[in-house]
Amino acid sequence: MDGVAAPTTGTLPTILCCLCGTAITSNPSNMCVSCIRGQVDITESIPKTASIYYCKGCARYLQPPKHWVACELESKELLTICIKKLKGLNKVKLIDAGFRWTEPHSRRIHVRLLVQKEVFQNTILQQEFVVEFVVDYQQCDMCQRDAADLDEWQAVVQVRQKVQHKRTFLYLEQLIIKHSAHEDTVGIKVHPDGLDFYFMHRSQGIRFTSFLNHVVPIRSKQADHLVSHDANSNTYRYKYTFSVEILPICKDDLVVLPPKVATHLGGIGPLVLVTKVSQALTIIDPFTLQTAELAAALYWRYPFQALMSIKQATEFFIMDVEKSEDRKGKWCLADATAARSVDYGSNDNQHFIRTHIGNFLRPGDLALGYDIGNAVYNDNLLAGHKKLELPDFVIFKRTYSKKNRSKRRMWRLKRLNMELDESMVDTGSHKRVPMDPIAKMAAEQEEFMQDLEQDKDLRSTINIYKDPKRIQPAGGTDMDVDEGAQPKPVKQVVAAAEDGEEEEDEEYPEVPIEELLEGLVLEDEPGAPAPVPGEDEQEEE
Amino acid sequence: MAVRCQFENSNDIGVFSTLTNSYCLVAVGGSENFYSVFEAELADHIPVVHASIAGTRIIGRMCIGNNKGLLLPNTTTDQEMLHIKNSLPDKVVVQRCEERLSALGNCIATNDYVSLVNTDLDSETEEIIADVLGTEVFGHSIAGEVLVGSFCSFTNQGGLVHPMTSIEDQDELSSLLQVPLVAGTINRGSQVVGAGLVANDWAAFCGLDTTSTELQVVESIFKLRQAQPTHLVSKIRGSLIDNLS
Repeated sequence: MDGVAAPTTGTLPTILCCLCGTAITSNPSNMCVSCIRGQVDITESIPKTASIYYCKGCARYLQPPKHWVACELESKELLTICIKKLKGLNKVKLIDAGFRWTEPHSRRIHVRLLVQKEVFQNTILQQEFVVEFVVDYQQCDMCQRDAADLDEWQAVVQVRQKVQHKRTFLYLEQLIIKHSAHEDTVGIKVHPDGLDFYFMHRSQGIRFTSFLNHVVPIRSKQADHLVSHDANSNTYRYKYTFSVEILPICKDDLVVLPPKVATHLGGIGPLVLVTKVSQALTIIDPFTLQTAELAAALYWRYPFQALMSIKQATEFFIMDVEKSEDRKGKWCLADATAARSVDYGSNDNQHFIRTHIGNFLRPGDLALGYDIGNAVYNDNLLAGHKKLELPDFVIFKRTYSKKNRSKRRMWRLKRLNMELDESMVDTGSHKRVPMDPIAKMAAEQEEFMQDLEQDKDLRSTINIYKDPKRIQPAGGTDMDVDEGAQPKPVKQVVAAAEDGEEEEDEEYPEVPIEELLEGLVLEDEPGAPAPVPGEDEQEEE
Repeated sequence: MAVRCQFENSNDIGVFSTLTNSYCLVAVGGSENFYSVFEAELADHIPVVHASIAGTRIIGRMCIGNNKGLLLPNTTTDQEMLHIKNSLPDKVVVQRCEERLSALGNCIATNDYVSLVNTDLDSETEEIIADVLGTEVFGHSIAGEVLVGSFCSFTNQGGLVHPMTSIEDQDELSSLLQVPLVAGTINRGSQVVGAGLVANDWAAFCGLDTTSTELQVVESIFKLRQAQPTHLVSKIRGSLIDNLS
């Protein structure tokens, strides 16, 4: 008896195909190739015709469920759309796909597919076939709205703040740009008291409102307006309006808190200054350094107006500062000897003013404050307080001599692409806008930019870009440049050379170049994405 | 003649039946269809017996036999063994064998002169095979498969082996068995030849899926075209004499 297992790797025998009887080398299915082909069609589960949808108006193809993609004939993107359209491809392995040329006007797209599938045991069959796509026309949503002459927007967020100036909106604009909250807008309109943001969908409006809720103290209301409805198909078309009111108190405003609010915040004030506006108001009592946060909800329960705001501020010349031991964070209680800038040099009126910004003031500085003694204000702002004695002066901020600083500025801000309301453009007939609106806006913009230069905290929340006209970017890194061949390309400050007539004031704070971001596109596109803040290069200089 | 049939929708009829030159065992099915196919073909010449082994119907895989003997696994009950013994001709030796690999039909393939066995089988079992079946015993594999009973089927006339058996293997096997062999399939391309086919020297039964091509191969290799049990006997006698001399 021998127990030798025969080697399996020998000459394969010839067997007869079990169906047609052709002599073949034995294979796992024991059939000849043509019989296997005849027995199984691996493309059986795949439809050989399908249709894809094309919008004539904007030359885009529908990528189900509702995306419209612009793509060329015979492009990769179109192939993706076609293949995604085919059901049953998951049952086979797709090896290759491509287009077969068809006449563009034929509205037929031929896609050639090569697929593999395991049939029987261990038998993999590969098959090539062509699927014909018929290009059907269908209007996309946008074109449909266009054709029906509908407004392109469905939701509008009306942001309003009933104050004299635009500071809040200029800041809000920068916040919106930084967070790209404006990406979904179809239009932004400037109104005398605020901005309107238009959106295609209600959800985008809701999202924008919730964004606002996170950055400024607001209250919002929603209203629907039924535009049309189809009773047969039970569809309704609404326009949604979100009315967002920003609380009418700004940074640096002087406020007399209503008694109830003051009690609620631990008996603060009631005469307080607003130091910061975010989701809530941060307020400080300039005489005791007590601080508090006033939430928007509390404000709307007991609304009040500012006693005085920055427009009514008076400039003071600081002659002496005596700091006290009383400190809290960056605040330091101090007694300042100051004279109003208008009085300085003409009379000897000096005032002793207690202030909370002792850390920032030095003798010889200029400061902004409120001259309450000479101010005219509405008595009902003080209503509820029995024995309230207001001080004559409150200083709230260091300031600098008034100059045109825009020429020296090496940075710029991005702007939103906004459209002016009719009422604002047409100045002749309108009494509310005494100044040329364009000039007024430019002046306010300049004030805002000076605010930014003077306030580091404010700057840290927004994106500031290098002005490509002022700062010439270097051609390459220092390492790359052959030093003998050409002068080292360094960043030059062109502006400094230009305005030689203006004397330098070293005191004035400048925005450090490290804080500036690259990538400002001068043709400001509203849709251009804001660069990621982390991307700015740190400069060596 | 080769006949197509089916056991309760299964084409693997070799699982449910055993066929030799002197008897035929058929599993007890739900209906008598399967049995009557065998009966119609064979009842005139040899006994066709209903049987079960260890209570199962897969008798074709459990036992192995030729015209001289029948080997049953040790799981066979006394009653079953007694029934089989009583139904078979007296000259057929029926014996149980203590083998760990109890599916004897899968491990052993035999005709009346030579047995091919799984190389893992006990040497004692091999001796029992030689005694009971009266054959020479060779341990061998077919196309790398050790279950020789499943992947080949041969009679005194010829044999069908696994379709992947290399030509060298086939030559070696046919010199061992002294019969012509051919690689082929059964049941529309199935490689499990032993399960799809039972054959003796004048009749063969295949699964219902077997194509005409496969049937033709079966008929020609087992020489069934003119085969008759009567003149077969003389042939056996001739080869017996051949073998003895």
